[in-house]
Amino acid sequence: MDIPYAEEVRPDTGLTNGKIAIWLFLASEVMLFGALFASYILIRTGAESWPRGDTLLDVPLATFNTIVLITSSITMVMAWASLMRNRFGTYRIYMGATILLGFVFLTVKYFEYSHHLSLGEFPSTNNFLAVYYTMTGLHMLHVLGGMVVNAYFWGPGATLWKTNPVWFTNRVEHSGLFWHFVDLVWIFLFPTLYLL
Amino acid sequence: MSEPPVVAAMPTVAHDAHHEELSFWRKYVFSTDHKVIGIQYCITGLVFLLFGFSLMMLMRWQLAYPETALPLLGFLGAERMPGGTMLPEFYNSLGAMHGTIMVFLGVVPLAVGGFGNFVLPLQIGAPDMAFPKLNMISYWCLFLGGVIMFASFFAPGGAAQSGWTSYTPLANIATTGQTWWLVGMVFLITSSLLGAVNFITTTIQIRAKGLTFWRFPFFVWTQFVTAFLLLLAFPPLESAAVMQLMDRLLGTSFFLPSGLVVSGQVLEVAGGGNPLLWQHLFWFLAHPEVYVLILPAMGIIAEVITNNTRKPLWGYRSMVYSLIFLGFMSFIVWAHHMFMTGMGTAMATFFQTTTMIISIPSVVILTSLIISLWGGSIRFNTPMLFAIGFLPMFGIGGLTGLPLAFNVPDIPLHDTYYVIAHFHYVVAPGTIFALFAGIYYWFPKATGRMMNETLGKIHFWGSFVSMNVVFMPMFIIGLAGVSRRLFDGGATYTFAEPILHWNVVSSWGAWALGIAQIPFIFNFFRSIRNGEKSGDNPWQATTIEWAAPSPPPHGNFAVAPEAHRGPYEYSVPGAAKDFQPQHEA
Repeated sequence: MDIPYAEEVRPDTGLTNGKIAIWLFLASEVMLFGALFASYILIRTGAESWPRGDTLLDVPLATFNTIVLITSSITMVMAWASLMRNRFGTYRIYMGATILLGFVFLTVKYFEYSHHLSLGEFPSTNNFLAVYYTMTGLHMLHVLGGMVVNAYFWGPGATLWKTNPVWFTNRVEHSGLFWHFVDLVWIFLFPTLYLL
Repeated sequence: MSEPPVVAAMPTVAHDAHHEELSFWRKYVFSTDHKVIGIQYCITGLVFLLFGFSLMMLMRWQLAYPETALPLLGFLGAERMPGGTMLPEFYNSLGAMHGTIMVFLGVVPLAVGGFGNFVLPLQIGAPDMAFPKLNMISYWCLFLGGVIMFASFFAPGGAAQSGWTSYTPLANIATTGQTWWLVGMVFLITSSLLGAVNFITTTIQIRAKGLTFWRFPFFVWTQFVTAFLLLLAFPPLESAAVMQLMDRLLGTSFFLPSGLVVSGQVLEVAGGGNPLLWQHLFWFLAHPEVYVLILPAMGIIAEVITNNTRKPLWGYRSMVYSLIFLGFMSFIVWAHHMFMTGMGTAMATFFQTTTMIISIPSVVILTSLIISLWGGSIRFNTPMLFAIGFLPMFGIGGLTGLPLAFNVPDIPLHDTYYVIAHFHYVVAPGTIFALFAGIYYWFPKATGRMMNETLGKIHFWGSFVSMNVVFMPMFIIGLAGVSRRLFDGGATYTFAEPILHWNVVSSWGAWALGIAQIPFIFNFFRSIRNGEKSGDNPWQATTIEWAAPSPPPHGNFAVAPEAHRGPYEYSVPGAAKDFQPQHEA
């Protein structure tokens, strides 16, 4: 059985099902991270003392990671734009780059975490670190999730391009929207945790 | 993710033309058909309602006859009921799990998962939900969450004991069952979230041709608004659950203040956390959750009442506007659950004001439903009896909430049995009556057979009387000042002595309520095979779900339906029959 408007837009709404669904999902994600940011504010304002982020965390490394993620957002758009221009080969390169940049981000994060752990800085040490590990950890899981989906569309999922290019392009666009959101969360996390 | 199927370019409503034979597992267990999933949700919800209710029947024994052995139940084990006498820890588990199960595994799966999945696509003339696979995943997330919750009874130290609200820091230092509770909640939240995305997308995108938003049956509107509440209110609890898990497993101090003393020892944690943070995050979910429980119920009641008064719904548009306003306001009233926390009078004033405002749209909806009865030639069948029963019961529940909404009268009433009576009037003889009305009303659509009317009426009157016997005494007990958390129902407190006999009355009411469900259970199973054949439209209803065959086949409609008019064109002057179905030109 075929579900209507899975690939073509519904004339009166101008949207596909997937487009609505991904935006709704992102709205719920805003609430998820919003609650964490709100908790951070409440805990910090109630604390007797709170360290400045740059005294404990590595700002240059995080700046590098910020650049990595922003670049990956650009390559993500380029991947989608390549499909729009019917250039599947270019799509593969840009999508591959996006996944690779996600991998770079995670690697840097791994060194950051292991550095802190080796110094004996655990989530239980103080609430600054508790917030740091929880928020960046949850963000990291989102990066990982986005990479899994992107890898699927780079690899096995890409066969859809041959049978239904419009639908495939839409799916890459939705995956891209999620990726930009993950990027955006980091753009909020970086100043909040590292600079303030 | 499997290979996406190649589909035709035109949006078509497929019929059963190419009927694929599915294996038993794909057809009944891991089905992607919204009707099968809806029925799975319904059955899961009903089973958990019965289970959660059994927990309460056990608690009622302890409250009526404190520390008296209940010999038959020795099998529950020495760590729960040695010799049949209940241990306080087990009582606490029963209390916490009764609330959790009834709300998250009973009413929500039934009202949203069950009725939403089964009825909503049919009412909007859709062949299925927008994302059938996602739908299946969301059911199985719920199922897993349910299994984890149930299994937590066997965890060392028993199930969660910190109330269904899991207030910190108590929940932080509770036994392992609390961790299971949190993990279970993460699954239940994920399930609701996926379901909500699916409902909203389906409603916007898959509705039939001609079915504009103002032609939606009220039930569709209620599910639509409910889905937004689930979508936006649940994630903060997911965050909170993650933080409590961090506190419990990794030793962080999100909810633990400095210098907390437990059993005479200062807790060795970093401290600096905020116990109230949990309450804010919890109630940010749990107040909209109240509306998740009640809005679909109002939707069902609206359908049943218009159908059985043979009249259009009175004030349809103002009801819809009220509904949307209600949904919006439900996000900014949460701290009225927290007047006793010392959060300050300025905050309390804000939240009592918003709470007063939110009562207005509720009253608009209830009043419209009551006025809808006016001048109708009412058919008193079982669904209608439950619908009419809902109106005063929900009214009592709503009006008794007003004293709780004000900062000052809430102080003596907070956490007493008065609160229990108040919200149970809303949810038990309120929402659950509506769910029963819905089951009797849509059973013919799901099975092609009617449920027995006589048994239905016995079920209604038995439930109606015993519900009031259970909950009315709780107002008296609560006004006497008895706390809802007491393991002995107040037996060890002198001030509670004059009202202790009401505990006994309430308990016998609860057991009578249990007996009153037997005709329903019997009727339900008997009617699946032996009920009277119903035909496609046994209630002479106007909405689109009745255009499909009963039970509807895979893909629902033989021809894609089209909506030609509003949802409730009953008794149109000059028309040949007293109902004008939406789908008839």
